Amino acid sequence: MSASAPAPRRGAPITDIASLRADFPGLHQQVRGKPLAYLDNAASSQCPVPVLDAMLRQQKMNHANVHRGVHELSSRATDAYEGARERIRAYINAASGTEIVYTRGTTESINLVASSLGGSLLGAGDEVLVTEMEHHSNIVPWQLVCERTGARLVPAPITERGELDVDAFERLLTERTRIVAVGHVSNALGTINPLRELIDKAHAAGAVVLVDGAQAMPHMRVDVRALDCDFYAFSGHKMYAPTGIGVLYGRETLLDRMPPYQGGGEMILTVSFDRSVWNSLPYKFEAGTPNVTGAVALGAAVDYLGGIDFDAVTEHERALLDYASERLLELDGARIIGTARHKAGVLSFVLGSIHAHDLGTIVDREGVAIRTGHHCAMPVMERFGVPATARASFALYNSREDVDRLAAGLRKALEIFA
Amino acid sequence: MNELNDLYREVILDHNRDPRNFGEIEDADRVVEGVNPLCGDKMTLYVKLDGDRIADVRFKGTGCAISVASSSLMTERVRGASVDESMRLYDSVHDMLTGSGAPSEDLDKLAALAGVREYPTRVKCASLAWHALRTALAGGEDRVSTE
Repeated sequence: MSASAPAPRRGAPITDIASLRADFPGLHQQVRGKPLAYLDNAASSQCPVPVLDAMLRQQKMNHANVHRGVHELSSRATDAYEGARERIRAYINAASGTEIVYTRGTTESINLVASSLGGSLLGAGDEVLVTEMEHHSNIVPWQLVCERTGARLVPAPITERGELDVDAFERLLTERTRIVAVGHVSNALGTINPLRELIDKAHAAGAVVLVDGAQAMPHMRVDVRALDCDFYAFSGHKMYAPTGIGVLYGRETLLDRMPPYQGGGEMILTVSFDRSVWNSLPYKFEAGTPNVTGAVALGAAVDYLGGIDFDAVTEHERALLDYASERLLELDGARIIGTARHKAGVLSFVLGSIHAHDLGTIVDREGVAIRTGHHCAMPVMERFGVPATARASFALYNSREDVDRLAAGLRKALEIFA
Repeated sequence: MNELNDLYREVILDHNRDPRNFGEIEDADRVVEGVNPLCGDKMTLYVKLDGDRIADVRFKGTGCAISVASSSLMTERVRGASVDESMRLYDSVHDMLTGSGAPSEDLDKLAALAGVREYPTRVKCASLAWHALRTALAGGEDRVSTE
Protein backbone atom coordinates (compact mmCIF):
# COMPACT_ATOMS: atom_id res chain seq x y z
CA MET A 1 0.00 0.00 0.00
CA SER A 2 1.24 3.44 -0.79
CA ALA A 3 1.71 5.75 2.14
CA SER A 4 1.51 9.00 0.31
CA ALA A 5 -1.50 11.19 -0.28
CA PRO A 6 -3.49 10.76 -3.47
CA ALA A 7 -1.93 12.31 -6.53
CA PRO A 8 -2.57 16.02 -6.93
CA ARG A 9 -5.49 17.02 -9.11
CA ARG A 10 -4.69 16.58 -12.75
CA GLY A 11 -5.97 18.53 -15.67
CA ALA A 12 -6.48 22.21 -16.15
CA PRO A 13 -6.11 24.42 -13.08
CA ILE A 14 -9.37 25.44 -11.44
CA THR A 15 -10.42 28.94 -12.37
CA ASP A 16 -13.86 29.03 -10.73
CA ILE A 17 -12.59 30.22 -7.36
CA ALA A 18 -16.06 30.67 -5.86
CA SER A 19 -16.68 26.94 -6.25
CA LEU A 20 -13.81 26.16 -3.84
CA ARG A 21 -15.78 27.36 -0.82
CA ALA A 22 -17.53 24.00 -0.76
CA ASP A 23 -14.18 22.32 0.02
CA PHE A 24 -13.92 23.98 3.46
CA PRO A 25 -16.19 22.35 6.06
CA GLY A 26 -15.21 24.87 8.75
CA LEU A 27 -16.98 27.61 6.82
CA HIS A 28 -20.29 25.83 6.72
CA GLN A 29 -21.44 26.32 10.27
CA GLN A 30 -23.51 28.66 12.36
CA VAL A 31 -21.77 30.92 14.84
CA ARG A 32 -23.83 32.90 17.35
CA GLY A 33 -26.87 31.63 15.47
CA LYS A 34 -25.68 33.16 12.19
CA PRO A 35 -23.85 31.63 9.25
CA LEU A 36 -20.12 32.10 9.75
CA ALA A 37 -18.36 34.81 7.74
CA TYR A 38 -14.71 34.03 8.39
CA LEU A 39 -12.54 37.06 7.68
CA ASP A 40 -9.56 36.36 9.90
CA ASN A 41 -7.45 34.52 7.37
CA ALA A 42 -4.29 36.53 7.91
CA ALA A 43 -4.30 35.08 11.43
CA SER A 44 -5.15 31.54 10.35
CA SER A 45 -7.02 30.04 7.43
CA GLN A 46 -9.44 27.10 7.35
CA CYS A 47 -8.42 23.68 6.00
CA PRO A 48 -9.98 22.10 2.90
CA VAL A 49 -11.17 18.48 2.87
CA PRO A 50 -8.12 17.06 1.06
CA VAL A 51 -5.86 18.46 3.80
CA LEU A 52 -8.11 17.14 6.57
CA ASP A 53 -8.31 13.74 4.89
CA ALA A 54 -4.54 13.56 4.53
CA MET A 55 -4.11 14.33 8.22
CA LEU A 56 -6.58 11.72 9.30
CA ARG A 57 -5.12 9.09 6.98
CA GLN A 58 -1.61 9.77 8.22
CA GLN A 59 -2.56 9.74 11.87
CA LYS A 60 -4.91 6.78 11.59
CA MET A 61 -3.05 4.27 9.42
CA ASN A 62 0.52 5.50 8.87
CA HIS A 63 1.49 6.77 12.27
CA ALA A 64 5.05 5.93 13.26
CA ASN A 65 8.32 7.72 13.79
CA VAL A 66 10.23 8.73 10.68
CA HIS A 67 13.75 7.78 9.59
CA ARG A 68 13.93 5.34 12.49
CA GLY A 69 12.34 1.98 12.05
CA VAL A 70 12.75 -0.82 9.56
CA HIS A 71 9.10 -1.70 9.90
CA GLU A 72 6.35 -1.00 7.41
CA LEU A 73 4.59 1.82 9.23
CA SER A 74 7.81 3.72 9.83
CA SER A 75 8.61 3.35 6.18
CA ARG A 76 5.18 4.66 5.17
CA ALA A 77 5.47 7.61 7.56
CA THR A 78 8.92 8.42 6.19
CA ASP A 79 7.69 8.22 2.61
CA ALA A 80 4.76 10.50 3.38
CA TYR A 81 6.96 12.97 5.25
CA GLU A 82 9.63 13.09 2.56
CA GLY A 83 7.08 12.99 -0.23
CA ALA A 84 5.51 16.14 1.20
CA ARG A 85 8.92 17.80 1.35
CA GLU A 86 9.46 17.10 -2.32
CA ARG A 87 6.08 18.53 -3.26
CA ILE A 88 6.69 21.65 -1.17
CA ARG A 89 10.10 22.01 -2.86
CA ALA A 90 8.50 21.78 -6.26
CA TYR A 91 5.73 24.20 -5.26
CA ILE A 92 8.17 26.99 -4.36
CA ASN A 93 10.69 25.93 -7.02
CA ALA A 94 13.60 25.33 -4.66
CA ALA A 95 16.57 23.63 -6.29
CA SER A 96 16.72 20.74 -3.87
CA GLY A 97 14.87 19.07 -1.00
CA THR A 98 17.96 19.72 1.13
CA GLU A 99 16.89 23.36 1.13
CA ILE A 100 13.46 22.66 2.68
CA VAL A 101 13.65 22.58 6.48
CA TYR A 102 10.47 21.76 8.36
CA THR A 103 9.81 24.03 11.34
CA ARG A 104 6.88 24.84 13.63
CA GLY A 105 6.11 27.88 11.56
CA THR A 106 7.43 31.20 10.33
CA THR A 107 8.45 32.32 13.81
CA GLU A 108 10.64 29.29 14.35
CA SER A 109 12.06 29.59 10.83
CA ILE A 110 13.15 33.17 11.49
CA ASN A 111 14.50 32.31 14.93
CA LEU A 112 16.51 29.52 13.36
CA VAL A 113 18.19 31.88 10.92
CA ALA A 114 18.61 34.70 13.45
CA SER A 115 20.19 32.38 15.97
CA SER A 116 22.26 30.16 13.72
CA LEU A 117 23.31 32.47 10.89
CA GLY A 118 23.00 35.69 12.89
CA GLY A 119 24.91 34.21 15.79
CA SER A 120 27.84 33.20 13.60
CA LEU A 121 27.81 36.05 11.09
CA LEU A 122 27.12 39.16 13.13
CA GLY A 123 29.58 41.10 15.22
CA ALA A 124 29.81 44.47 16.93
CA GLY A 125 29.15 47.27 14.45
CA ASP A 126 27.26 45.06 12.01
CA GLU A 127 23.66 45.84 11.14
CA VAL A 128 20.46 43.94 10.47
CA LEU A 129 18.08 45.90 8.29
CA VAL A 130 14.33 45.33 8.70
CA THR A 131 11.32 47.49 7.86
CA GLU A 132 8.86 49.37 10.03
CA MET A 133 6.05 47.16 8.78
CA GLU A 134 7.45 43.87 10.09
CA HIS A 135 5.53 41.48 12.29
CA HIS A 136 7.04 41.11 15.77
CA SER A 137 8.36 37.71 14.70
CA ASN A 138 10.61 39.41 12.16
CA ILE A 139 11.81 41.97 14.71
CA VAL A 140 12.31 40.27 18.06
CA PRO A 141 14.52 37.34 16.95
CA TRP A 142 16.88 39.91 15.41
CA GLN A 143 16.81 42.03 18.56
CA LEU A 144 17.82 38.98 20.56
CA VAL A 145 20.76 38.14 18.33
CA CYS A 146 21.79 41.80 18.12
CA GLU A 147 21.93 41.94 21.91
CA ARG A 148 24.09 38.86 21.92
CA THR A 149 26.50 39.97 19.21
CA GLY A 150 26.62 43.74 19.58
CA ALA A 151 25.07 44.23 16.16
CA ARG A 152 22.43 46.90 15.56
CA LEU A 153 18.85 46.52 14.34
CA VAL A 154 17.92 49.21 11.80
CA PRO A 155 14.30 49.75 10.67
CA ALA A 156 13.65 51.15 7.19
CA PRO A 157 10.75 53.62 7.27
CA ILE A 158 7.38 53.29 5.57
CA THR A 159 5.29 55.99 3.93
CA GLU A 160 1.88 57.37 4.84
CA ARG A 161 0.35 54.84 2.43
CA GLY A 162 2.08 52.02 4.23
CA GLU A 163 4.58 51.35 1.47
CA LEU A 164 8.24 50.78 2.11
CA ASP A 165 10.30 53.91 1.44
CA VAL A 166 12.61 52.21 -1.03
CA ASP A 167 14.97 55.19 -1.29
CA ALA A 168 15.42 55.23 2.47
CA PHE A 169 15.85 51.45 2.44
CA GLU A 170 18.62 51.85 -0.10
CA ARG A 171 20.31 54.59 1.92
CA LEU A 172 20.23 52.42 5.02
CA LEU A 173 21.89 49.56 3.14
CA THR A 174 25.59 49.97 3.82
CA GLU A 175 28.68 47.85 4.06
CA ARG A 176 27.69 47.32 7.70
CA THR A 177 24.43 45.62 6.67
CA ARG A 178 24.99 41.89 6.94
CA ILE A 179 21.40 40.69 6.95
CA VAL A 180 18.20 42.12 5.48
CA ALA A 181 14.97 40.68 6.91
CA VAL A 182 11.83 41.81 5.13
CA GLY A 183 8.23 40.72 4.87
CA HIS A 184 6.83 39.78 1.48
CA VAL A 185 3.34 40.94 2.45
CA SER A 186 2.53 42.98 5.56
CA ASN A 187 0.04 41.30 7.88
CA ALA A 188 -1.14 44.60 9.34
CA LEU A 189 -1.33 46.68 6.15
CA GLY A 190 -1.56 44.22 3.28
CA THR A 191 1.31 45.93 1.47
CA ILE A 192 3.11 43.74 -1.07
CA ASN A 193 6.77 44.69 -1.06
CA PRO A 194 8.77 45.00 -4.31
CA LEU A 195 10.75 42.00 -3.18
CA ARG A 196 12.93 41.26 -6.17
CA GLU A 197 14.09 44.87 -6.29
CA LEU A 198 14.89 44.88 -2.56
CA ILE A 199 16.71 41.56 -2.80
CA ASP A 200 18.84 42.75 -5.70
CA LYS A 201 19.79 45.91 -3.83
CA ALA A 202 20.59 43.95 -0.67
CA HIS A 203 22.72 41.47 -2.57
CA ALA A 204 24.55 44.29 -4.30
CA ALA A 205 25.40 45.59 -0.83
CA GLY A 206 26.66 42.16 0.16
CA ALA A 207 23.83 41.31 2.57
CA VAL A 208 22.04 38.00 3.05
CA VAL A 209 18.26 38.27 2.65
CA LEU A 210 15.57 36.54 4.67
CA VAL A 211 11.97 36.93 3.55
CA ASP A 212 9.05 36.52 5.95
CA GLY A 213 6.61 34.93 3.53
CA ALA A 214 3.86 33.99 5.98
CA GLN A 215 1.31 36.38 4.45
CA ALA A 216 2.34 35.91 0.84
CA MET A 217 2.00 32.15 0.46
CA PRO A 218 -1.82 32.04 0.53
CA HIS A 219 -2.16 34.87 -1.96
CA MET A 220 0.42 34.21 -4.67
CA ARG A 221 2.66 31.60 -6.19
CA VAL A 222 6.11 32.08 -4.78
CA ASP A 223 9.21 31.06 -6.72
CA VAL A 224 12.24 31.30 -4.46
CA ARG A 225 14.70 31.05 -7.32
CA ALA A 226 12.99 33.77 -9.33
CA LEU A 227 13.05 35.95 -6.19
CA ASP A 228 16.70 35.02 -5.60
CA CYS A 229 16.18 35.24 -1.83
CA ASP A 230 18.54 33.44 0.52
CA PHE A 231 15.85 32.39 3.01
CA TYR A 232 12.08 32.25 2.75
CA ALA A 233 10.05 31.48 5.87
CA PHE A 234 6.40 30.49 5.92
CA SER A 235 3.68 28.79 7.98
CA GLY A 236 1.27 26.04 7.04
CA HIS A 237 -1.70 27.43 8.92
CA LYS A 238 -1.95 30.57 6.84
CA MET A 239 -2.07 28.54 3.62
CA TYR A 240 -4.86 26.06 4.38
CA ALA A 241 -2.81 23.59 6.44
CA PRO A 242 -2.93 23.16 10.24
CA THR A 243 -0.91 25.01 12.88
CA GLY A 244 2.42 23.69 14.12
CA ILE A 245 4.07 23.15 10.75
CA GLY A 246 6.06 25.56 8.64
CA VAL A 247 9.06 25.73 6.41
CA LEU A 248 12.36 27.46 6.17
CA TYR A 249 13.66 27.53 2.64
CA GLY A 250 17.38 28.23 2.73
CA ARG A 251 20.03 28.43 0.06
CA GLU A 252 22.07 25.26 0.42
CA THR A 253 25.44 27.00 0.45
CA LEU A 254 24.29 29.06 3.45
CA LEU A 255 22.50 26.29 5.34
CA ASP A 256 25.57 24.16 4.88
CA ARG A 257 27.89 26.48 6.73
CA MET A 258 25.42 27.37 9.48
CA PRO A 259 25.73 25.64 12.86
CA PRO A 260 22.75 23.58 14.11
CA TYR A 261 19.93 25.47 15.80
CA GLN A 262 18.81 22.78 18.21
CA GLY A 263 20.47 19.55 19.26
CA GLY A 264 18.89 16.16 19.64
CA GLY A 265 17.98 13.07 17.72
CA GLU A 266 17.71 13.13 13.93
CA MET A 267 20.12 16.03 13.52
CA ILE A 268 23.25 13.94 14.14
CA LEU A 269 25.15 11.22 12.31
CA THR A 270 27.21 10.03 15.25
CA VAL A 271 27.35 11.05 18.89
CA SER A 272 30.06 10.44 21.40
CA PHE A 273 30.93 12.38 24.52
CA ASP A 274 33.92 13.88 22.72
CA ARG A 275 32.06 15.14 19.72
CA SER A 276 29.05 14.65 17.53
CA VAL A 277 28.89 14.77 13.78
CA TRP A 278 25.97 16.67 12.30
CA ASN A 279 23.59 15.05 9.91
CA SER A 280 23.33 16.26 6.32
CA LEU A 281 20.82 18.89 5.18
CA PRO A 282 18.03 19.40 5.91
CA TYR A 283 18.16 17.04 8.89
CA LYS A 284 20.87 19.04 10.62
CA PHE A 285 18.09 21.54 11.38
CA GLU A 286 15.35 19.05 12.27
CA ALA A 287 16.23 17.94 15.78
CA GLY A 288 13.77 15.61 17.47
CA THR A 289 10.75 13.75 16.19
CA PRO A 290 9.09 16.10 13.74
CA ASN A 291 5.45 17.01 13.18
CA VAL A 292 4.92 14.28 10.60
CA THR A 293 1.17 14.74 10.25
CA GLY A 294 1.63 18.49 9.91
CA ALA A 295 4.18 18.00 7.13
CA VAL A 296 1.88 15.59 5.31
CA ALA A 297 -0.95 18.10 5.66
CA LEU A 298 1.19 20.89 4.27
CA GLY A 299 2.08 18.61 1.37
CA ALA A 300 -1.65 18.13 0.77
CA ALA A 301 -2.19 21.90 0.97
CA VAL A 302 0.37 22.62 -1.74
CA ASP A 303 -1.20 19.88 -3.86
CA TYR A 304 -4.53 21.63 -3.40
CA LEU A 305 -3.12 25.05 -4.22
CA GLY A 306 -1.15 23.59 -7.12
CA GLY A 307 -4.43 22.61 -8.75
CA ILE A 308 -5.77 26.16 -8.73
CA ASP A 309 -5.16 28.94 -11.20
CA PHE A 310 -3.45 31.59 -9.08
CA ASP A 311 -4.16 34.39 -11.52
CA ALA A 312 -7.81 33.66 -10.83
CA VAL A 313 -7.17 33.64 -7.07
CA THR A 314 -5.38 36.98 -7.26
CA GLU A 315 -8.21 38.45 -9.31
CA HIS A 316 -10.87 37.06 -6.95
CA GLU A 317 -9.13 38.42 -3.85
CA ARG A 318 -8.39 41.77 -5.47
CA ALA A 319 -12.04 42.16 -6.41
CA LEU A 320 -13.05 41.30 -2.85
CA LEU A 321 -10.57 43.77 -1.39
CA ASP A 322 -11.82 46.53 -3.71
CA TYR A 323 -15.42 45.75 -2.89
CA ALA A 324 -14.71 45.64 0.86
CA SER A 325 -12.79 48.92 0.73
CA GLU A 326 -15.72 50.55 -1.08
CA ARG A 327 -18.32 49.22 1.35
CA LEU A 328 -16.20 50.26 4.30
CA LEU A 329 -15.68 53.82 3.10
CA GLU A 330 -19.47 54.26 2.86
CA LEU A 331 -19.47 54.20 6.66
CA ASP A 332 -19.12 57.35 8.76
CA GLY A 333 -15.62 57.80 10.14
CA ALA A 334 -14.08 54.83 8.36
CA ARG A 335 -10.37 55.11 7.71
CA ILE A 336 -8.30 52.44 5.98
CA ILE A 337 -4.85 51.91 7.47
CA GLY A 338 -2.57 50.82 4.66
CA THR A 339 -3.38 52.09 1.20
CA ALA A 340 -0.43 50.75 -0.73
CA ARG A 341 -0.76 50.52 -4.50
CA HIS A 342 0.05 46.82 -4.36
CA LYS A 343 -1.96 45.11 -1.67
CA ALA A 344 -2.93 41.56 -0.81
CA GLY A 345 -6.30 40.72 0.73
CA VAL A 346 -5.87 42.57 4.00
CA LEU A 347 -8.14 45.43 5.05
CA SER A 348 -7.02 47.15 8.23
CA PHE A 349 -9.23 49.96 9.42
CA VAL A 350 -10.59 52.14 12.18
CA LEU A 351 -14.17 53.34 12.48
CA GLY A 352 -14.55 56.76 14.05
CA SER A 353 -13.68 56.66 17.72
CA ILE A 354 -15.03 53.14 18.23
CA HIS A 355 -12.27 50.96 19.60
CA ALA A 356 -11.37 47.98 17.41
CA HIS A 357 -12.04 45.60 20.26
CA ASP A 358 -15.65 46.77 20.50
CA LEU A 359 -16.02 46.39 16.74
CA GLY A 360 -14.70 42.84 16.98
CA THR A 361 -17.18 41.87 19.67
CA ILE A 362 -20.13 43.44 17.88
CA VAL A 363 -19.49 41.85 14.49
CA ASP A 364 -18.75 38.52 16.18
CA ARG A 365 -22.34 38.60 17.48
CA GLU A 366 -23.33 38.73 13.81
CA GLY A 367 -21.25 35.65 13.00
CA VAL A 368 -18.40 37.67 11.45
CA ALA A 369 -14.86 36.80 12.50
CA ILE A 370 -12.28 39.58 12.21
CA ARG A 371 -9.07 40.35 14.04
CA THR A 372 -8.73 43.35 16.30
CA GLY A 373 -5.71 44.72 18.08
CA HIS A 374 -2.15 45.56 17.15
CA HIS A 375 -1.68 42.48 14.92
CA CYS A 376 1.74 41.80 16.45
CA ALA A 377 2.94 44.89 14.63
CA MET A 378 3.09 47.56 17.34
CA PRO A 379 5.55 49.75 15.37
CA VAL A 380 2.98 49.90 12.55
CA MET A 381 0.26 51.03 14.97
CA GLU A 382 2.61 53.66 16.33
CA ARG A 383 3.47 54.85 12.82
CA PHE A 384 -0.21 55.46 12.06
CA GLY A 385 -1.02 56.83 15.51
CA VAL A 386 -3.67 54.27 16.39
CA PRO A 387 -3.68 51.94 19.40
CA ALA A 388 -5.30 49.16 17.42
CA THR A 389 -7.13 48.45 14.20
CA ALA A 390 -9.81 46.07 13.06
CA ARG A 391 -8.68 43.83 10.26
CA ALA A 392 -10.65 41.82 7.74
CA SER A 393 -8.43 39.50 5.74
CA PHE A 394 -9.48 37.43 2.77
CA ALA A 395 -8.83 33.93 1.55
CA LEU A 396 -9.74 32.36 -1.75
CA TYR A 397 -13.01 31.03 -0.26
CA ASN A 398 -14.44 34.39 0.80
CA SER A 399 -17.35 35.96 -1.01
CA ARG A 400 -19.00 39.33 -1.48
CA GLU A 401 -21.64 38.11 0.92
CA ASP A 402 -19.00 37.82 3.65
CA VAL A 403 -18.14 41.45 3.00
CA ASP A 404 -21.79 42.49 3.10
CA ARG A 405 -22.15 40.74 6.44
CA LEU A 406 -19.14 42.62 7.77
CA ALA A 407 -20.55 45.92 6.53
CA ALA A 408 -23.87 45.17 8.23
CA GLY A 409 -22.07 44.32 11.48
CA LEU A 410 -20.14 47.57 11.35
CA ARG A 411 -23.36 49.51 10.78
CA LYS A 412 -24.69 47.91 13.93
CA ALA A 413 -21.61 49.11 15.79
CA LEU A 414 -22.24 52.63 14.51
CA GLU A 415 -25.82 52.44 15.78
CA ILE A 416 -24.76 51.26 19.22
CA PHE A 417 -22.10 53.94 19.51
CA ALA A 418 -24.18 56.65 17.85
CA MET B 1 -29.02 41.95 19.60
CA ASN B 2 -30.45 41.91 23.12
CA GLU B 3 -27.21 40.40 24.29
CA LEU B 4 -25.21 43.22 22.75
CA ASN B 5 -27.43 45.73 24.49
CA ASP B 6 -26.68 43.88 27.67
CA LEU B 7 -22.95 44.40 27.13
CA TYR B 8 -23.14 47.94 25.83
CA ARG B 9 -25.64 49.31 28.35
CA GLU B 10 -26.45 52.99 28.25
CA VAL B 11 -24.36 53.65 31.38
CA ILE B 12 -21.34 52.11 29.73
CA LEU B 13 -21.78 54.00 26.49
CA ASP B 14 -22.23 57.19 28.46
CA HIS B 15 -19.07 56.71 30.53
CA ASN B 16 -17.15 55.78 27.39
CA ARG B 17 -18.32 58.90 25.58
CA ASP B 18 -17.73 61.12 28.54
CA PRO B 19 -15.28 59.51 30.96
CA ARG B 20 -15.38 60.93 34.49
CA ASN B 21 -12.19 61.76 36.38
CA PHE B 22 -10.13 61.60 33.22
CA GLY B 23 -6.71 63.15 33.71
CA GLU B 24 -3.70 63.17 35.96
CA ILE B 25 -3.14 64.04 39.61
CA GLU B 26 0.13 65.89 39.82
CA ASP B 27 0.84 65.13 43.45
CA ALA B 28 -0.58 61.60 43.43
CA ASP B 29 0.58 59.24 46.16
CA ARG B 30 0.33 56.24 43.88
CA VAL B 31 0.62 55.96 40.11
CA VAL B 32 0.03 52.60 38.49
CA GLU B 33 0.17 51.75 34.83
CA GLY B 34 -2.14 49.00 33.62
CA VAL B 35 -1.86 47.25 30.27
CA ASN B 36 -3.96 44.68 28.52
CA PRO B 37 -1.56 43.28 25.91
CA LEU B 38 -4.30 41.42 24.07
CA CYS B 39 -6.11 44.49 22.82
CA GLY B 40 -3.65 47.23 23.58
CA ASP B 41 -5.68 48.85 26.37
CA LYS B 42 -3.41 51.11 28.36
CA MET B 43 -4.36 53.13 31.39
CA THR B 44 -2.57 55.01 34.12
CA LEU B 45 -4.28 55.33 37.47
CA TYR B 46 -3.51 58.16 39.88
CA VAL B 47 -4.51 57.92 43.53
CA LYS B 48 -4.27 60.61 46.19
CA LEU B 49 -4.76 59.31 49.71
CA ASP B 50 -5.88 61.10 52.86
CA GLY B 51 -5.17 58.66 55.66
CA ASP B 52 -7.02 55.53 54.70
CA ARG B 53 -9.41 57.37 52.41
CA ILE B 54 -9.11 57.89 48.68
CA ALA B 55 -9.14 61.67 48.51
CA ASP B 56 -8.87 61.79 44.72
CA VAL B 57 -8.54 59.29 41.92
CA ARG B 58 -8.10 59.85 38.20
CA PHE B 59 -7.12 57.90 35.14
CA LYS B 60 -5.71 58.45 31.71
CA GLY B 61 -5.23 56.21 28.72
CA THR B 62 -6.73 54.58 25.67
CA GLY B 63 -8.90 51.54 25.48
CA CYS B 64 -12.12 49.98 24.35
CA ALA B 65 -15.50 51.17 25.60
CA ILE B 66 -15.57 48.50 28.29
CA SER B 67 -12.20 49.43 29.75
CA VAL B 68 -12.79 53.19 29.59
CA ALA B 69 -16.27 52.90 31.12
CA SER B 70 -15.02 50.55 33.80
CA SER B 71 -12.22 52.95 34.73
CA SER B 72 -14.62 55.87 34.77
CA LEU B 73 -17.24 54.09 36.86
CA MET B 74 -14.60 52.88 39.27
CA THR B 75 -13.10 56.30 39.90
CA GLU B 76 -16.54 57.78 40.40
CA ARG B 77 -17.35 55.09 42.92
CA VAL B 78 -14.20 54.90 45.01
CA ARG B 79 -13.43 58.59 45.35
CA GLY B 80 -13.96 59.28 49.02
CA ALA B 81 -14.17 55.60 49.92
CA SER B 82 -11.86 53.94 52.41
CA VAL B 83 -9.11 51.61 51.32
CA ASP B 84 -10.86 48.64 52.95
CA GLU B 85 -14.16 49.43 51.33
CA SER B 86 -12.45 49.73 47.93
CA MET B 87 -10.72 46.39 48.38
CA ARG B 88 -14.09 44.79 49.21
CA LEU B 89 -15.54 46.38 46.09
CA TYR B 90 -12.69 44.89 44.10
CA ASP B 91 -13.77 41.45 45.31
CA SER B 92 -17.41 42.11 44.44
CA VAL B 93 -16.48 43.33 40.96
CA HIS B 94 -14.22 40.34 40.45
CA ASP B 95 -17.04 37.99 41.48
CA MET B 96 -19.47 39.76 39.19
CA LEU B 97 -17.15 39.50 36.19
CA THR B 98 -16.11 35.91 36.66
CA GLY B 99 -18.90 34.34 38.73
CA SER B 100 -22.40 33.28 37.85
CA GLY B 101 -24.59 34.57 40.68
CA ALA B 102 -26.42 37.89 40.81
CA PRO B 103 -24.14 40.91 41.23
CA SER B 104 -23.61 41.81 44.88
CA GLU B 105 -25.87 44.66 46.05
CA ASP B 106 -23.04 46.93 47.12
CA LEU B 107 -22.05 47.25 43.47
CA ASP B 108 -24.98 49.50 42.67
CA LYS B 109 -24.19 51.31 39.40
CA LEU B 110 -21.12 49.12 38.83
CA ALA B 111 -23.56 46.27 38.13
CA ALA B 112 -23.83 47.76 34.63
CA LEU B 113 -20.69 45.77 33.89
CA ALA B 114 -22.39 42.45 34.65
CA GLY B 115 -23.03 41.79 30.95
CA VAL B 116 -19.29 41.47 30.38
CA ARG B 117 -19.15 38.00 31.89
CA GLU B 118 -20.96 36.61 28.87
CA TYR B 119 -17.94 37.72 26.84
CA PRO B 120 -14.93 35.92 28.31
CA THR B 121 -12.50 37.66 25.97
CA ARG B 122 -13.64 41.01 27.34
CA VAL B 123 -13.45 40.33 31.08
CA LYS B 124 -9.88 41.62 31.16
CA CYS B 125 -11.01 44.91 29.62
CA ALA B 126 -13.38 45.47 32.52
CA SER B 127 -11.04 44.28 35.24
CA LEU B 128 -7.95 46.23 34.18
CA ALA B 129 -8.81 49.37 36.15
CA TRP B 130 -9.65 47.35 39.24
CA HIS B 131 -6.36 45.46 39.09
CA ALA B 132 -4.59 48.80 38.85
CA LEU B 133 -6.55 50.10 41.85
CA ARG B 134 -5.77 47.09 43.98
CA THR B 135 -2.09 47.41 43.12
CA ALA B 136 -2.17 51.13 43.90
CA LEU B 137 -3.81 50.59 47.27
CA ALA B 138 -1.49 47.74 48.15
CA GLY B 139 1.37 50.13 47.40
CA GLY B 140 3.39 47.51 45.57
CA GLU B 141 4.61 47.51 42.02
CA ASP B 142 3.72 50.33 39.67
CA ARG B 143 2.69 48.27 36.71
CA VAL B 144 0.00 45.65 36.22
CA SER B 145 -0.81 43.51 33.25
CA THR B 146 -3.89 41.41 32.70
CA GLU B 147 -1.75 38.68 31.11
